[in-house]
Amino acid sequence: MKLVTIAGAPSAGKTAVTLHLIRQLAKDGKRSAAVKFDTLGTTDDQIYRDRLGIPAIQGLSDYLCPDHYFVSNLEEACAWGRRQRADYLFVETAGLCYRCAPHIKDVPAITVIDNLGGMEAPRKMGPALTLADVVVVTKSDLISQAEKEVFAHRISQVNQTAAIVHVNGLTGTGVLHLKRLSESWTDARELEGLSLRYSMPASICSYCTGETRIGKRFQSGNVEKLLLEENAA
Amino acid sequence: MIIETITIQAGRDKQGNPESISGVDLRPGDSLALVGPTGSGKSELLSDIEQAACGDTRSGRTILINGRPLAETPTGLVATLSQKTNFVMDASVEQFILLHAESKGRDGKALMAPLLEMTNSLCGEPVSPEMSLQVLSGGQSRALMIADIALLSDTPIVLIDEVENAGIHKFKALEVLAGHHKIVISATHDPVLILMNDTRLVMRNGAMAALLSACDGERAYADRLRDMDDTLMQAREILRQGHTLNTREAL
Repeated sequence: MKLVTIAGAPSAGKTAVTLHLIRQLAKDGKRSAAVKFDTLGTTDDQIYRDRLGIPAIQGLSDYLCPDHYFVSNLEEACAWGRRQRADYLFVETAGLCYRCAPHIKDVPAITVIDNLGGMEAPRKMGPALTLADVVVVTKSDLISQAEKEVFAHRISQVNQTAAIVHVNGLTGTGVLHLKRLSESWTDARELEGLSLRYSMPASICSYCTGETRIGKRFQSGNVEKLLLEENAA
Repeated sequence: MIIETITIQAGRDKQGNPESISGVDLRPGDSLALVGPTGSGKSELLSDIEQAACGDTRSGRTILINGRPLAETPTGLVATLSQKTNFVMDASVEQFILLHAESKGRDGKALMAPLLEMTNSLCGEPVSPEMSLQVLSGGQSRALMIADIALLSDTPIVLIDEVENAGIHKFKALEVLAGHHKIVISATHDPVLILMNDTRLVMRNGAMAALLSACDGERAYADRLRDMDDTLMQAREILRQGHTLNTREAL
């Protein structure tokens, strides 16, 4: 079974791109399964089941950091995928704060970004973009050719090795490139012992454990302050 | 990549029957119109070209570049222009051109004047460097995009999807792009624009059904249609400027 992680900003088109890719793979007789990690609610797993008839499950992180939740449940998700006898398991993340990347070393990593976020977006997105193997750019049909080229150039400035693939999330045009790339991906090894491509944010302050009150008195653990004169030690 | 020919090799129609045209060869400077009703397969063909299909799309077509299928995923092969495309960047025309030139490793300052000159030859309302992209009209935007594709983008193929209503000199647009050694493929319903192209490919039931060149009779007819179109454009401009159509003076 090939395992693939898919990250990207909310509503960039992660699910749409994955749906098109799975449809292409199905034409070659490949079976896919999908796991959607999200925070509070999602109907994406339902979409995978309804539109493609493939096995799909969801995991909601609720009060936990979605990426911590993701990495803590990856082995279980993978085991579930193997039980479905899937050739491909797509694990789609919520991907929210841009501080980390859910991508794993030696596991193919796709990040989806859309063209409407502005020309600075590639520089702001952090490790999810800079450490991806494939950057899928969506919504290119809505902007000028020039901006599309500038945007792709900006992506290649922060990630020199990634393949940049333009996919129209509505029609699926461009997803063939992704399918051709997928042929070179190798089967997933045992996950235990593999590493994330980037560390997760440290989350050990009082607010992590449910504190809601504001003020120095209520802050403990790993607290960092702005570098202002009055805070200088 | 130096492109000498692009070949669209036939595949199948919606029922799986072989296409009646075995293939189409295109060279830099060629222009091809795609004609046919909605659902006849124009967009599918454009999509095949954009993705450099190798028998792996629904149509089963293969796109050959210089006689061979592309070994790798193409990047920068195709520029697209449609009615839907807009500028989303919050920048002036000048900043935009400089930025695009920089991403291509070109000298934007040197390109500024020719690019704006070409833009303004395609559009009735002048575009100046300090204007914001966001205030440009549909016609001005389209004109700038076409000039930019002709002079700055290095893609050998331009796919145009129904930009006939954007208020630009559409015939000149075609000349400008083909004149810069681009292969221009347009999906269009505009009769004058169709006849402006070297050849036209008739699409039917998802397949290439016929490849036609304008005959002498059609060329004469095209001139008449073009005059009629000019008349319409003039009338449009006069009414738009708030004048009245006194037929003798206006036409």
